[in-house]
Amino acid sequence: MKISYKATTQILIALIVISIICILINNLTVNLIKTGLGFSFGWLFRPASFALAEHPLPYSPSDSYAWALFIGWLNSLKVIFYSLLLATLIGTCVGLFRVGKNVLLRLVSAGYIAIIRQTPLLLQLMFWYFVAILGIKGTIASPIGSVLSISNQGINLLGIKLSAEFTSLLLGLSVFTSAYIAEVVRGGINSVDKGQWESFRSLGLKDSTGLYKIIIPQALPAILPGLTSQYLNLAKNSTLAIAVGYSDIYAINDTIINQTGRPIEGFIILLLSFLFLNLIISNGMEYLNTAIIRSSNPY
Amino acid sequence: MRRFFTGILTFSMLLTGCVNSSIRTQSRLEVIKSRDSLICGVSGKIPGFSFLNSNGSYQGLDVDICKAFAAAFLGNPNKVQFRPLTAPERFTAIRTGEIDLLSRNTTFNLSRDSSKGNGLIFAPIIFHDGQGLMVKKSSNLNSLYELAGKSICVGSGTTTEQNINDAFEEKSLPYTPIKYQDLNQVVAGYLQGRCAAMTSDRSQLAAARSGFRNPKAHIILDDVLSKEPLAPASAGGDQLLSDAMRWVIFALFTAEEKGITQSNINQKLEIAKNNPQMKPLRRFLGVEGDLGEKLGLPNDFVIKVISSTGNYGEMYNRHLGPNSKVPIPRGLNKIHNSGGLHFAPPFN
Repeated sequence: MKISYKATTQILIALIVISIICILINNLTVNLIKTGLGFSFGWLFRPASFALAEHPLPYSPSDSYAWALFIGWLNSLKVIFYSLLLATLIGTCVGLFRVGKNVLLRLVSAGYIAIIRQTPLLLQLMFWYFVAILGIKGTIASPIGSVLSISNQGINLLGIKLSAEFTSLLLGLSVFTSAYIAEVVRGGINSVDKGQWESFRSLGLKDSTGLYKIIIPQALPAILPGLTSQYLNLAKNSTLAIAVGYSDIYAINDTIINQTGRPIEGFIILLLSFLFLNLIISNGMEYLNTAIIRSSNPY
Repeated sequence: MRRFFTGILTFSMLLTGCVNSSIRTQSRLEVIKSRDSLICGVSGKIPGFSFLNSNGSYQGLDVDICKAFAAAFLGNPNKVQFRPLTAPERFTAIRTGEIDLLSRNTTFNLSRDSSKGNGLIFAPIIFHDGQGLMVKKSSNLNSLYELAGKSICVGSGTTTEQNINDAFEEKSLPYTPIKYQDLNQVVAGYLQGRCAAMTSDRSQLAAARSGFRNPKAHIILDDVLSKEPLAPASAGGDQLLSDAMRWVIFALFTAEEKGITQSNINQKLEIAKNNPQMKPLRRFLGVEGDLGEKLGLPNDFVIKVISSTGNYGEMYNRHLGPNSKVPIPRGLNKIHNSGGLHFAPPFN
């Protein structure tokens, strides 16, 4: 009796979901036919005829739309990868300060987290770009030789040129995500039993050593799942690049949709490329997670 | 991983066969009439064309065109809902039916008009424009050649983006495009010094410059990179709506040609009524014949339009004339008998 009741509800819910999606697909198809458009991806191999400011691989306007999209995907990947590293670095530091003994650092990091988490990311990106980077008048050079120079055209770090758009997106994404990562780190460390701190201290270990050897290994299993979802958020948030003029896959897709008049195909490609990207991230993190759990439980 | 793909597979199998191909074919004009309001897509960010004024209503040439349509379709120029759209949004908005028509400084070109391209139908051109470049006077840049290797701020998803590329590529000059999603960002990037120049239609450059703190410190270069005929548009395959739009615009041109204005329209109507021999005027104003009905509009639609918005020249002067905030010389945008390009076929 109970089983059949459960099954009926499940079937009912499944039917509702399917019929909603049916209506959407039907709507789409009807409208496509109405405007005389079928599904097609042939345009992917036609020349893009627009230039790109940044391209990690050779690119010219006579290359195909498909190649332009791939360049956009690489641009996305580039900014996501570096933001990921930077956000983890800042986030871990702030998270540790938050649970540390230094009162000043604790207050500063609490303030940092509060401010960053309570303002929208788009606003922060606009701030980094239009105020922080483009607001620079002249060139700020580092005192020692040509290590670092910053102007409103971008950053030159040891001969590596980063555009103003890339820099502001990198900073914006890293700072925003770091505040969330800090909270994940703090939560992970707080999840470790207080007795662990007391026991390593009674063994005469310094706080820093104990943190590294005793606390963090036990906190990691609690931190990683939270970290994964922050990484996935970061990857998705990178599409706000369009607000600061960085040519990520979303921005390029936007131009392509406009030129070819194929929004549905364009968005499907966008969807798949993000699915692919996020599957890489989540599988990588899952692999890391399993490895850590295995190494901390050798039995 | 495997569960994920099995899930997707099951799901897509369930969805196969839920496509219903029965298609309703109702003209958008009927939809507009039964809704008793016109939904018009505009930019909302270009002074002189469509811009929010201080009391919160939209103003400009593009906006007046929407009002003229509403006057013709619904008998009231105020039955319009304006939807501000970015350049990349506009075609999706029209295709999905979110808006009835587009009056958003949109360039008329082959890809956008063709059924295998964007699938739009364009109404007659209401503004002949061309793409230009604006630089700071202090930069001493005077031509396209001097911009080689420099950064140029451009709006993404516009014909502008393609034209600037064509212009530089043709001359084999290198340049760096810095692309933003809307014109306000292009302006901000340019004013903040990210780019040596900004590019857009010359009318938009003039409009943007009118809002600068020191408009005289910026010059628009003489290079004209493209033809930019701007026209309203509607979704393809809907002849009733596109015909109605076309002839409302021709009515605006014809009224200017015949010297019919907002202030003298009632006198002209009296003259037409009292003089049965003035056939063309009588047909134009709907006193005799059934020209309006042929379009699915009331026979007196021209009277409704001219008495609510004035003729094309009046619209132009209101928003872009010498005494407006964004003065743009009329040039090509004069009526044909004054040496411009605007020409309407006969109302027969």
